[in-house]
Amino acid sequence: MSAGVDLDNVCADFGTFRAVDHVAVNIRPGEFFSFLGPSGCGKTTILRMISGFIPPSRGVIRIGGRDMKGQRPNQRPTALIFQNLALFPLMPVWENIAFGLEVRGVDRHKRRARAEELLQLVDLPDAADKAIAQLSGGQKQRVAIARALAVEPQVMLLDEPLSALDLKLRQHMRAELRAIQKRTGVTFIYITHDQGEALAMSDRVGVMSQGKLQQVADPREIYNNPANGFVASFVGENNIFTGDIQGAEGDLARFATASGTFTARLGPAVTQGMKARLFLRPEHVRLAPAAASANSIPVEVTDVAFEGNFISIHARDAGGQVLLAEARNDGATAVPAPGERLHFTFDGQNAVILTGDTAARDADE
Amino acid sequence: MKDLVNRYGLLLTTVFAVLTGFWVLVLVVLPNIYLFEHSFRPYLPVAELRGPKDVYSLDNYLTFFRSPIHISVFVWTVVYSALVTVICFLIAYPLAYYLSKVSARALLPTIFLLLFIPLWVSEVLRSFAWFIILALKGPLNASLLGLGIIEDPVRWISGFRGVIIGLVYTYVLFMLFPLYNAIQSLDTNQIEAAEDLGAPWWRTHWRVILPHAKPGIASGSVMVFMLSAGSILVPTLLASTNSRWFTEIIQQWMFESQDWNTGSAYAFLLLILCTVFVSVVMRVFRVKLSDIAK
Ligand SMILES: Nc1ncnc2c1ncn2[C@@H]1O[C@H](COP(=O)(O)OP(=O)(O)OP(=O)(O)O)[C@@H](O)[C@H]1O
Ligand SMILES: [Mg+2]
Repeated sequence: MSAGVDLDNVCADFGTFRAVDHVAVNIRPGEFFSFLGPSGCGKTTILRMISGFIPPSRGVIRIGGRDMKGQRPNQRPTALIFQNLALFPLMPVWENIAFGLEVRGVDRHKRRARAEELLQLVDLPDAADKAIAQLSGGQKQRVAIARALAVEPQVMLLDEPLSALDLKLRQHMRAELRAIQKRTGVTFIYITHDQGEALAMSDRVGVMSQGKLQQVADPREIYNNPANGFVASFVGENNIFTGDIQGAEGDLARFATASGTFTARLGPAVTQGMKARLFLRPEHVRLAPAAASANSIPVEVTDVAFEGNFISIHARDAGGQVLLAEARNDGATAVPAPGERLHFTFDGQNAVILTGDTAARDADE
Repeated sequence: MKDLVNRYGLLLTTVFAVLTGFWVLVLVVLPNIYLFEHSFRPYLPVAELRGPKDVYSLDNYLTFFRSPIHISVFVWTVVYSALVTVICFLIAYPLAYYLSKVSARALLPTIFLLLFIPLWVSEVLRSFAWFIILALKGPLNASLLGLGIIEDPVRWISGFRGVIIGLVYTYVLFMLFPLYNAIQSLDTNQIEAAEDLGAPWWRTHWRVILPHAKPGIASGSVMVFMLSAGSILVPTLLASTNSRWFTEIIQQWMFESQDWNTGSAYAFLLLILCTVFVSVVMRVFRVKLSDIAK
């Protein structure tokens, strides 16, 4: 069984600091929903409010349509997987998993049987009697998931559960989590600052910045039609140009920048006179030997990095702005060499003009 | 040692080492060896020392086992020391939990200061204070009478009551600090995880917090128990006519009978039997010595 979660203009205050600011979203039953945002934007705080550890200072939280006000964490149909997992190190694996059943007065025999069933589900069949300290990171992860599933929650809350794992395991666990969610049909609310994770796993993503929800949409929509500069720059790579909107040209707008005047789509609710930026994904850039009639910048290639499935190209225009392009590593695309002089061109339909601050990229990404 | 030399220089290090050595050897080891040796020799007039009667035997130790009164005093001392330990735990555990997981960080220094202040007063004064508080016409009875909680004054210092109150008061902090340290080191997320999985507060304590705090409970208990059983001041000052503590018997041997030999034998018996008792209890609760040393 699963339940939807409604956040109705929820706020959280720590003293005078507002960590979560009027967040409103309806998460559907059985949905895999991710909150994506940089460190400190209030993701954990939202999760702790849903699970009942902190009361919202304003707004209403409903689970399965029921107002959760005054309900303690042990009375809510949610199960939280902590950022550090918080397994009980003094209990063997199976007692960890069966803890929620022990609390509910299920007898020892049935508890053990259920724990073994869940261990099957998370693909750890022989671990029942192991100590927590004997498990690897990925195995602990699975035990934490099994422990949460054991109480048959209607909503699973996951706080960056994969952040401690190495890349390979992380990718494996992504698929695993997604599969478990599909199999159990439980609503998953997932928190991450890793955009790849959010886009790959979720039905819908809510992008957050400084306590505010910036956009809620499915992953494609988030990537292809970001609502503002923050979402565009936080999710995926961009070429960003600052400039002024100068009027329409067909269904596109003219945008004057230091590198030239370009055409691009207008983002939602963006009008002339607003402080705006132009965003262009590197995969929509072509590097051609000849100039195009529009949206063309002469550049010099400065750096070519081989990334495996694609090649990342850094170039510089006359004004010194660094521009990014990508070439697919399919053998057919010509790969330029550093020092080569080319023309950086793009289709105005693939560029978008947006308002709002851009995200400061984490140093580790 | 090299570290110390680097940090404090050769002279200071030597002084430290010599002082520590002096303290351990001359003030701790030698007197104990002296008493230990004496405990196997008979109590003789000065003239017969080193004479033919001055031979090693277990007689002094057997004196204890031949005296039902002394055995019963010993048993009661152990029983009441254990009771003091349990009471200290019952008082210290909620307080330690509160201090380490509930109260605001900013308040901690103040609370600890308040807890420490009584320790600055000498144990004698503190015991006398309790003697006054618990007296038949003392302030405790006066206030209870005034509040209408009791109708007749209670004779607090009767049986072992005064001694227990005094010992609990004196040693409760020795339980509090190991418990505080132990609970403090528990990841708060584990407490929350238990609650999130549906556990009521008491089960969280029983299954998560208490097991984690076990080493702290063990070291606190060993300290309180050993200190209580070996205490002489409180049992003397807050004694009633029918509360005899084993240390008082040792004192009688040594200072009233002037028989240091039997006195030492009794002192070592107290140490040995209490150690045995503690080991048995630790075995029962499955605590290892290495847990305590942590
Ligand atoms: N108990 C608290 N008291 C005061 N401020 C807090 C408290 N908890 C969180 N904050 C603040 O609220 C903001 C949001 O915190 P939160 O833990 O929700 O961030 P997060 O998005 O989960 O970040 P991360 O990705 O680093 O885990 C932060 O600026 C943090 O400093
Ligand atoms: Mg967080």
